[in-house]
Amino acid sequence: MKAMEVRLNVNGEAKQWTIAPGDLLLDVLRREGYFGVKRGCEAGECGACTVLLDGKPINSCLMFAAQAEGADVLTIEGVAHGSTLHPLQEAFLDHGAVQCGFCTPAMILNAKALLDRKPHPSEEEVREALAGTYCRCTGFRKPVEAVLAAAGAKR
Amino acid sequence: MLAKFSYRRPASIQEATAAASRTEARILAGGTDLLGCLRDGVFQASRLVSINGIKELKGIRPRAGGGLRIGALTTLTEIAGNQQILDSYPVLAQAAAAVGSPQLRNQGTLGGNLCQRPRCWYFRGDFHCLRKGGETCFAAAGQNQLHAILGGYECFMVHPSDTAPALVALDAKVSVAGRRGTRQMPLASFFVLPKASLVKENVLEPGDVVAEVLLEAPPSGTRGAYRKVRERGSFDFALAGAAIVLAMAEGKVRTARVVLSGVAPVPWRSAEAEQALVGKQLDAATAGVAAAAAVKAAVPLGENGYKVPLVRGILEETLIALAV
Repeated sequence: MKAMEVRLNVNGEAKQWTIAPGDLLLDVLRREGYFGVKRGCEAGECGACTVLLDGKPINSCLMFAAQAEGADVLTIEGVAHGSTLHPLQEAFLDHGAVQCGFCTPAMILNAKALLDRKPHPSEEEVREALAGTYCRCTGFRKPVEAVLAAAGAKR
Repeated sequence: MLAKFSYRRPASIQEATAAASRTEARILAGGTDLLGCLRDGVFQASRLVSINGIKELKGIRPRAGGGLRIGALTTLTEIAGNQQILDSYPVLAQAAAAVGSPQLRNQGTLGGNLCQRPRCWYFRGDFHCLRKGGETCFAAAGQNQLHAILGGYECFMVHPSDTAPALVALDAKVSVAGRRGTRQMPLASFFVLPKASLVKENVLEPGDVVAEVLLEAPPSGTRGAYRKVRERGSFDFALAGAAIVLAMAEGKVRTARVVLSGVAPVPWRSAEAEQALVGKQLDAATAGVAAAAAVKAAVPLGENGYKVPLVRGILEETLIALAV
């Protein structure tokens, strides 16, 4: 197992990391300090490890870091602008959509990918966009309301 | 993190087939199934051959004379949202949209969806079952509520793909690149039943790479749908499902292809249901007869008898919806 290099952009910054072929993107991101990427089921079922890869949500537990070669990765750490929260983050706070917080980074990234593609989604589209990430606290109602409110606020 | 292996990134199909010919080499596309298999110890790999840098395997292109070629690396999200597929092959768009979660559809590829390994919990768990070269199918007399009611023989896995039944219903062909060149076959003959092999779900040999899927232009009057029933509302594999493609003429069914998912070790084409449809007016009575015919040969195991009425219901509802 020879070490290899992976070059990618994380939250707009160019990175070059030495990885092992078997390293998961999840593990490499956490090793590099992106702790907003959560380790959950490690089987693609809970979606807590979601990051955006070239703008699309993916489970970083089901991807080798080597597969991210040349990609733009966005983690929750890159969503706010300095101390100004993203409208989705504001909406999650305003609507009480954060309880234990474990799924929140993934929820917000899923929602951001949806709104970037479709600024005014229907409730059904919001629910589908969040369907790949488990929330065991909120029952999804408040996150859905928060995303719809953020979409409305963007109008 | 995972066991040690080398990682190759070939730039051409020829290099990929050569690199993948070695024992314990595995093709890596999206990786969503491969990672789970490696992590669960379903099989080992000493070399991963990432085909993600091979441009010819990407994208959806029109064929000369009508139809589409869909590269094996096309993601399920791309297929579910492609306008031409939505317009001309709705059964395929619906099937791709029914796969996994949004994340899994962004990662998973068409080729990978066709080649994924069974989800049988004994196969995925610490059981040296028939399909892993052992001597016992633990599901036959064990927990088998998710297993086959048709086509089982010693092993009772179900094929986990949603796109495969849709593509078989569309009479798609698959192009496979191997060490001795490229060969094409109907997708229906790509899959193999346990009677033919207890350890393989398809005809692929070491070094083979699924390159693309080929669709003919749909005949006029064609309609189709994919219906999937799963245990959870959000996302899951099929308890049962059906891909149906009908060509209608003068209010009657001219040709029919009915392919079941989640109930057999391969996408299960029901000749009985098709025969019950052809030449008939598509109405509730015809739908009921066809649905009953589809499960006539079903042999449920101890815990999966519910799949028989489930398949009937799925077929009746989907056929009636297609009649409108």
